[in-house]
Amino acid sequence: MADFASSLFSSRNLRRSLPWLVIVVAALVLPAVLPPFRLNLLGRFLSLGIVALGVDLIWGYTGMLSLGQGIFFALGGYALGMYLQLDSLEPGQLPEFFGLYGVKGLPAFWQPFSSPVFTLFAVWVIPALVAGLLGYLVFRNRIKGVYFSILTQAALLVFFNFFNGQQKLINGTNGLKTDTAHIFGILVGSDGMQRNLFWVTVVLVIGAWFLCRWLTTGRFGDALVAIRDDEPRLRFTGYNPTAYKTLVFAVAGALAGVSGALYTVQSGIVSPQFMAVPFSIEMVIWVAVGGRGTLIGAILGAVLINYAKSLISEQLPETWLFIQGGLFLLVVTALPDGLVGWWRQGGPGRLIAMVGLPQRSLTYPALDLDPEVQAEHSQFDTQGSESQGSKGGPR
Amino acid sequence: MNLLELRGVSVSFDGFLALNDLNLQLAPGELRAVIGPNGAGKTTFLDVITGKLKPTNGDVLFRGKSLVGQSEHHISRLGIGRKFQTPRVYENLTPRRNLELAVRGPHGPFDLLFGRLSSEQRDRVQHLLGVVGLESHAAQQSGGLSHGQKQWLEIAMLVAQDPELLLVDEPVAGLTDGETERTGELLRQLAGDHTVLVIEHDMDFIRDLQAPVTVLHEGHVLCEGSMDQVQNDPRVIEVYLGSETQEAP
Repeated sequence: MADFASSLFSSRNLRRSLPWLVIVVAALVLPAVLPPFRLNLLGRFLSLGIVALGVDLIWGYTGMLSLGQGIFFALGGYALGMYLQLDSLEPGQLPEFFGLYGVKGLPAFWQPFSSPVFTLFAVWVIPALVAGLLGYLVFRNRIKGVYFSILTQAALLVFFNFFNGQQKLINGTNGLKTDTAHIFGILVGSDGMQRNLFWVTVVLVIGAWFLCRWLTTGRFGDALVAIRDDEPRLRFTGYNPTAYKTLVFAVAGALAGVSGALYTVQSGIVSPQFMAVPFSIEMVIWVAVGGRGTLIGAILGAVLINYAKSLISEQLPETWLFIQGGLFLLVVTALPDGLVGWWRQGGPGRLIAMVGLPQRSLTYPALDLDPEVQAEHSQFDTQGSESQGSKGGPR
Repeated sequence: MNLLELRGVSVSFDGFLALNDLNLQLAPGELRAVIGPNGAGKTTFLDVITGKLKPTNGDVLFRGKSLVGQSEHHISRLGIGRKFQTPRVYENLTPRRNLELAVRGPHGPFDLLFGRLSSEQRDRVQHLLGVVGLESHAAQQSGGLSHGQKQWLEIAMLVAQDPELLLVDEPVAGLTDGETERTGELLRQLAGDHTVLVIEHDMDFIRDLQAPVTVLHEGHVLCEGSMDQVQNDPRVIEVYLGSETQEAP
């Protein structure tokens, strides 16, 4: 039995493909077996996987730790939320909350959101433009590292406070409710619509993954890794890192916007809480736990942590923050490449060995299980594919 | 016309003059060695040419045009390549990918996303891998290379850029005698088609280059000439070679 288990874990192909198997099986089986409430949760967490992909792109690959992705996430959510508010109105009506603050006419910036086509673009173009502009100003002045992180967090707070204070424009703290709105005449909060939204989310997560994969595998991806590892060096080779960083930050912003829109319609409300400081930090934790520099790790991290959060919070509400903090510490100290990185480097096999069971070896066990030989192996394993961006490398 | 000309360049760090009224000319195709004791301003001098530092006074001209105030990537695209003192290769990328990033061609984000390497560029990368003997390591992460291999990879990256002017900072530091010899050969081959400026501490290496030598001291040019002339110059013996022999016993 132990033999079987360890052969399962040491198979290199399985090591590569298992994270994918988990996702495909989850996507096909879970909608059939999960009750609507749980399926809706899964859909929400999958949509968070898209913002996590963006965080991975800018942090895991390009080395820019943004603590302000909540801005772009919320902008996408608000864009869709505004459309839904307007779409369910009779002609001449105003969204209900405007009455509370004595607003008589629709503010001008709401007007275009009555168009579904405009909204379809606004959801990702507006966050991308805001991210691109913010990024350009920061990167042009060569603000890097911890200063970049602080600046993004400061920007997040500015947006958070602004949205909180604008009752007359976007209903301030209360946000915009979407589950009582209608799309194509169907109630957004209904089980049928939520199931459709789940499928939309699955398709978009896969699409986002392919986009990020395309961005990270070719020479463009190499340039991102080069920026992360030695930006000044790249300048002397004739590259302008500002252009690369701005572009990739805008792409991450667009992904955050799509993610925020999907999250909004599946959770029923968009509010300034999307721009709360802890939420944007959590996004970073998902990527760190899942495996930064591995795209699949970002998605898995977002889904697993959020599912764990919801399950644990149901049972022991007050313990979750401690568990989350502990997880982060564990990853920082013991699994620097996250769960997926650990898995790919043969972590499970080592765990089996640790509890005293023999590892199955294809060649000479004395040689094959030598830690130094294994280190070489993992060095060769991590080449070629997306994991070349991982911090792994030879130690 | 000179390819590179420094006119009265000074760089001041809070009053300390790292470069002090430095004048230097390089003719096209020349191979030039620059030596000087520690703190003579050798690396600062490269920083000024490549745009990392702005001179406090003076001007740097490349093909008659001023480089002052231009950003590093512009200067690089004009045809000035630089190899750093400690080898700086992208350790998480393979040697092949390192070279593919460096190889001459358009360097904008969309060029890299939508463009492919031309067969000419690929041949160039393959050729350079062969020249520096890294063909068998081409698919392995560069972080695992030896120090000498990294030095060679970085020189290959510099050559891949195909710059008119190569600024080479300590190319043989930490290399074996055999590797040092081959590096000297490579640099001599490059001169002629390219203009090469080498900064080095290794006197035997400089002698083997058979190149004119410029001695820097306290931020300005102390003297210029052949290695023999320079070595016999009493000022040089005093500031550089002399101080070494004094330390020896």
